[in-house]
Amino acid sequence: MTTVDAHGHPDFLQHHFDTPQQQFDAGKLGMWMFLATEVLLFGGLFVGYAVWRGNHPDLFKYGSQFLDTTLGAVNTVVLILSSLTMAAAVTMAQRNRRGPLIILLALTLAGAGTFLVIKYFEYTHKFHEGWYPGLKFYEPPGTDSRTWADYPTPALHPAAVQLAEEQSRDVAASFAAGPVAEPTTVAPAASGPAGLSVERLAVAEHGGVEAYEGEQEHEEHMLHPLQDPTRPDNAHMFFNIYFMMTGLHGVHVVVGGLVIVWLMIGALKGRFSSQYFTPVDLGGLYWHIVDLIWIFLFPLFYLI
Amino acid sequence: MTTIEATKPIPEPAGDNYLTHTTGIMSWLGTLDHKRIGIMYLVSVLTSFFVAGIFGLLVRTELIAPGQTIVDADTYNRLFTLHGAIMVFLVIIPSVPASLGNFVLPIMLGAKDVAFPRLNLFSYYLWVTGAVFAVGAILMGGVDTGWTFYVPYSTTGTAMGGVVMVATAVFILGFSSIFTGMNFIVTIHRLRPPGMTWFRMPLFLWAIYATGILQVMATPVIGITVALLAVERSFGIGIFDPSLGGDPVLFQHFFWFYSHPAVYIMILPAMGIISELISVHSHKHIFGYKFIAFSSVAIAIFSFLVWGHHMFVSSQSPLMNVIFSAITFSVAIPSAVKVFNWLATLYKGSISLNTPMLYALSFLFLFGIGGLTGLHLGTLATDIHLHDTYFVVAHFHYVMMGSALIAMIGGLHHWWPKMTGRMYSEFWGRIACGLVFVGFNVTFFTQFVLGSKGMPRRYWDYLPEFTVYHVVSTIGSYVMALGFFITAAYLIHSLFGGRRAPANPWGGRSLEWQCTSPPPHDNFATQPHVGDCYDFSVLEWDEQEQGYHWRHDLAHEPGEG
Amino acid sequence: MASEQSHGAEHQGVGHVVPISILVKTAAALLVLTVITVWIADFHFGPANIWIALGIASLKGSLVVLFFMHLRYDRPFNGLVFISSMAFVALFISFALTDTSEYAPDVDTGNAPLVQQKLETLEQ
Repeated sequence: MTTVDAHGHPDFLQHHFDTPQQQFDAGKLGMWMFLATEVLLFGGLFVGYAVWRGNHPDLFKYGSQFLDTTLGAVNTVVLILSSLTMAAAVTMAQRNRRGPLIILLALTLAGAGTFLVIKYFEYTHKFHEGWYPGLKFYEPPGTDSRTWADYPTPALHPAAVQLAEEQSRDVAASFAAGPVAEPTTVAPAASGPAGLSVERLAVAEHGGVEAYEGEQEHEEHMLHPLQDPTRPDNAHMFFNIYFMMTGLHGVHVVVGGLVIVWLMIGALKGRFSSQYFTPVDLGGLYWHIVDLIWIFLFPLFYLI
Repeated sequence: MTTIEATKPIPEPAGDNYLTHTTGIMSWLGTLDHKRIGIMYLVSVLTSFFVAGIFGLLVRTELIAPGQTIVDADTYNRLFTLHGAIMVFLVIIPSVPASLGNFVLPIMLGAKDVAFPRLNLFSYYLWVTGAVFAVGAILMGGVDTGWTFYVPYSTTGTAMGGVVMVATAVFILGFSSIFTGMNFIVTIHRLRPPGMTWFRMPLFLWAIYATGILQVMATPVIGITVALLAVERSFGIGIFDPSLGGDPVLFQHFFWFYSHPAVYIMILPAMGIISELISVHSHKHIFGYKFIAFSSVAIAIFSFLVWGHHMFVSSQSPLMNVIFSAITFSVAIPSAVKVFNWLATLYKGSISLNTPMLYALSFLFLFGIGGLTGLHLGTLATDIHLHDTYFVVAHFHYVMMGSALIAMIGGLHHWWPKMTGRMYSEFWGRIACGLVFVGFNVTFFTQFVLGSKGMPRRYWDYLPEFTVYHVVSTIGSYVMALGFFITAAYLIHSLFGGRRAPANPWGGRSLEWQCTSPPPHDNFATQPHVGDCYDFSVLEWDEQEQGYHWRHDLAHEPGEG
Repeated sequence: MASEQSHGAEHQGVGHVVPISILVKTAAALLVLTVITVWIADFHFGPANIWIALGIASLKGSLVVLFFMHLRYDRPFNGLVFISSMAFVALFISFALTDTSEYAPDVDTGNAPLVQQKLETLEQ
């Protein structure tokens, strides 16, 4: 039920517009332009990702072991379903079905909340493990409840053991062959991983990541980064980009949640109808962009 | 369309206009009227211009002699940084779109307001918030990084505490700009009245439209750039800082991806103003309407492809250097197209050498120099020698100040009678324009010479051989400042003592000249009809009202534009 | 298509109404594609992995944009706005990636200085 004023304008039609269609079209175009700015805002971070991945691919292969694929996939499913409920809410608003509209908005909000809860657990777990961006990444355990005893030592790590055996076989063979014509090139300490055990140097010379190709890393067997011979240079950069991109995305999820709350209040007050559902439509567009960005973030960080 | 009817002007409500429609400070601070928002922007932007201008004068005063003259080196660094940052972000970028554009666009288009009036007011308050943060930065000790905030100095090296504050200010101002651009684009797309087709719009609207594209598409990137800068400075995680694994050249890519289109945000609306000034004040149809219209959009798109020409000596790869240099040459072409069209418009026109026209003519000369010296800088071989010298300083002042700002002042004079309902003193207007023009050239042409002789920019001290040039340049800046002070004086005086302005003092044909000066609150009583806004043959001078109106021997419908 | 005819009647409002059935089908497709992208990540195709992942993500993104965001039924100009923003991002990525990869060989290898410093203090 919309009331009209003295000019015959419905009360939702603002005075500088001539028709509701014009107002709706203007709002839509404005929202799409705003979404374009969001794409460009995140686009900057995608540029950072592309540049670092392009020039340091080993960094990202190494880093993805720290992310829980299952939780990431669950979050993806949660956002897809919340997009469904949001789009359905718009349809309900367009069909004047106030009850389903409110329920679907509530479900969307629940999706937002679930996403944030899962994200909260992911982040706190990382901080608990000491996987921070920046130099804090290189803090040894002992600053929280974990200690070195919680991590396997590299000497027990199967791949390192295998390589150490290969290396000692090579060393024995080269000694048997006689004096070495040229000095072996040992990687300078400045570029090697922390710690100087033979096993670790051997793995570093062997080429790091390739030695562990195809191996499933489970948390119980995961080495602390400081002990991990496969840790690439500047490994903290992975977490820089991860936290910045998912962090900015998380901020947008929170904002999206607030938008949905505002829409729910409006729906409860009966503001929306088949004649005027624009805020629901435009709020929905914002929520879908949040989903869209996560659709790209998930494979880029968790899967590859 | 042409009926034999009485050629009465549109009836206006007696005495009521947008200034008097409602009273009280809250009716201004909470207004949704685009005209009032435009006026608020105008006052804010001009105030910032004077503040940053004073900083500029202090910089020039310090440089009048080698060594310390009035301030030490740290203070000098802060002065030129804030001069640049305030001028770029608080003055020139918003100046034409937010102040003149806000006022004129809906009326010129034939609409009652912009598409999103509340967003418009919000844009203004974002600007104010950004300005507050900028002032906060000054109070926190200032910033001495240069307005470009290059890393790693801005993230680690500087002792000045205001970097995060200024970064926040820029972020907020960026959104002010984005929302203004969004508003204008949607307004032009959706609020055009019947008959106002794309190719009947005045060229100022084409320019604002192209600017809006840039504002929406480019500004978010500076948003993420300053956000990353603030994160890097606050948490030191290693995004741009090479000692932590970051890439400082990447910062420059991020920064200039916005900041190059930003300079076109500055110049495009100014060029739109010049199209209006030149045609109206020479009473001649603009030459090459479609060429000028399309060149605005072409400049907008091309401007995204050339940002690397700011990075030729920053260890950008030779491959990209060549690519960016080549594209930079092509971006000059649409601008040149405009200049030739304006010259052709002037040719055989009936030129009135009043103040707006004098500013427009100044623009043609100054933009010619500014634009052409951009080619010197876009050429790889010469840029090696000229980068970071006073040649660059002179170039960008010629385009940003000598072109964009001069056009804005010209537009201010052109629309002053419409906005305020008052005429200013033409005599003092011409004097001030002359002082500004002469002062500007003395200040900045000298700097081309300085730069090509090797004087680096942003230097507090210099070799004695450069002294005479600096003295000349500083004197020029004082002459220019005098011109601006005189301008402020007679404009403010006109508000109280100026002659009442007629609806159409200059003989313009676009729709804003069809309503009273100042316009009524609702812009138009009935929906206006649109004709060719550059066909001035239908207007004639009325000695009694000292303005132009529709010719008596031509019939037209009430409200016909 | 039958579905288009059936909601031809739903044009009395200002916008096109997308039927729930289409939304549910879109969501189902998105879930299937999510499963596929997780499953296919376990196979190692080398550098092709990233393109496969991006390809599937683009497909998912297109479904979201076209059906959840109604762009399939909307004015083409809105779509142009959105595509343009992605085009500018693509431009930015391609130029930045070209440049950084061109000068990457000149960048020092190994840990960054402050990282190295930190690692050395830990060894004590």
